[in-house]
Amino acid sequence: MKHARVAYAGEIHAAIEHDGQLLLGNGRRVSFNDVVWLPPVRPVPQARTILALGLNYADHAKELEFKAPDEPLVFAKGEASLMGHRGLTRRPADVKYMHYECELTVVIGRTARHVKRDDTYDFVAGYTVANDFAIRDYLENWYRPNLRVKNRATCTPLGPWLVDAADIANPQALALQTTVNGQVTQSGNTRDMIFDVPFLIEYFSSFMTLQPGDLILTGTPDGVVDCQPGDVVITSIEGLGELQTTMVAA
Amino acid sequence: MTNSHTTLKPSDPYRPAGTVYGTLLNFKREFDFFAPQMTQVPYKAAPQAPVLYVKTANTFSAPGGQVPVPPRIAQIEIGAALAMVIGADSDVCSWVLMNDFSVPHASYFRPPVKFKCLDGFLGVGSTCVTLAELGDTTNLQLQVHVNGALRQTIDLSGLIRPAAQLLRDVTAFMTLREGDVLMLGLDCLPDGTRPLARVGDRVDIASPTHAALGRLTNTLIQEPV
Repeated sequence: MKHARVAYAGEIHAAIEHDGQLLLGNGRRVSFNDVVWLPPVRPVPQARTILALGLNYADHAKELEFKAPDEPLVFAKGEASLMGHRGLTRRPADVKYMHYECELTVVIGRTARHVKRDDTYDFVAGYTVANDFAIRDYLENWYRPNLRVKNRATCTPLGPWLVDAADIANPQALALQTTVNGQVTQSGNTRDMIFDVPFLIEYFSSFMTLQPGDLILTGTPDGVVDCQPGDVVITSIEGLGELQTTMVAA
Repeated sequence: MTNSHTTLKPSDPYRPAGTVYGTLLNFKREFDFFAPQMTQVPYKAAPQAPVLYVKTANTFSAPGGQVPVPPRIAQIEIGAALAMVIGADSDVCSWVLMNDFSVPHASYFRPPVKFKCLDGFLGVGSTCVTLAELGDTTNLQLQVHVNGALRQTIDLSGLIRPAAQLLRDVTAFMTLREGDVLMLGLDCLPDGTRPLARVGDRVDIASPTHAALGRLTNTLIQEPV
């Protein structure tokens, strides 16, 4: 099942996809075009842990002139960086290189601590698509990638759907693609991850407790390009849907 | 018997409602000790924007809370901090003490998740103090005691970006929501090191100049197997 959270007629609703429409929690059916799409995750009682991987595809690591890491390169983000499908992503006027990053995103379903690799999928509620934008102009070599690059409002679109884990037979064999104004600019497959989903859940849960609703953004492959105001950027993953954002001048 | 324990009462200890951010290299002494390395690989240049990190929610420790230390780690760093709690208008609404514990790490090149985001690694003061109650923080001091012995005195006059400037420079590039928290920074000791503690130690943080902040106590315990 594909779950969404949307604003419609002044209220926030949980919804599911049904025959090309949204079936709201109150039984009403509405068109995809008639709602404001929110990140497809329920509110949580305390700050949501959002972990994101850098350099987790061998080709992207090569592209960025780094050797592949021997342990995960991970950074944490704040929830204020998240935004829904069909939102507007702000590009500062003074930057030269701002790029999307299409990422398979794991949504944790159960409290996870010291989880062994073979059990890790039991702790996954489902999957969604993140677009983890970066502004390379602001990169500094202090806790890199630094938050000025990675923790900006509107710069982490998430969605459109949270797809139940049961509906994704193998999250490590999903085609992944980004288009800018309809042109394919990024193409990859989650099979090429350096650290796969079971590794990441085992690794993180070895020193930190993950809670339901926490997110792991698993990194992006080769093929990132600059995006200018007016560009329509669609990051999509097989079986999870197409996440759209439109660039605007900040 | 009532079910009142399930609702948060005004007397309940403070818990951060939003995301907690920490700030690196915001004290002159801390910055100066690191300055010789700043032009070297991998840093190549001194930081321009505030250097921030996230203390994830699993790190929040209850007041007086025990901090579990994994057996592989002999000692952890104490990080006494004054923290701003953000209000509805994205300005500071109150202040609280925090103890940002870290696994010691010499390099600040990569984000410190595995050093700073261990379960229980953020001591959280029980009392939020309003701006009016606290008054001017320019010369606020914090003292760190380990097992009753004074280990560190921190003076906020040593900040590179004082609170208002830090808030301005951070919100220039990212959004702080109501309930989010921003720690002003963690100073080092006069010799450039950071104070350490080990399993069994009791760590107290309080302000001799601003007693309204109360006292934050944490005790380090061996991580349960």
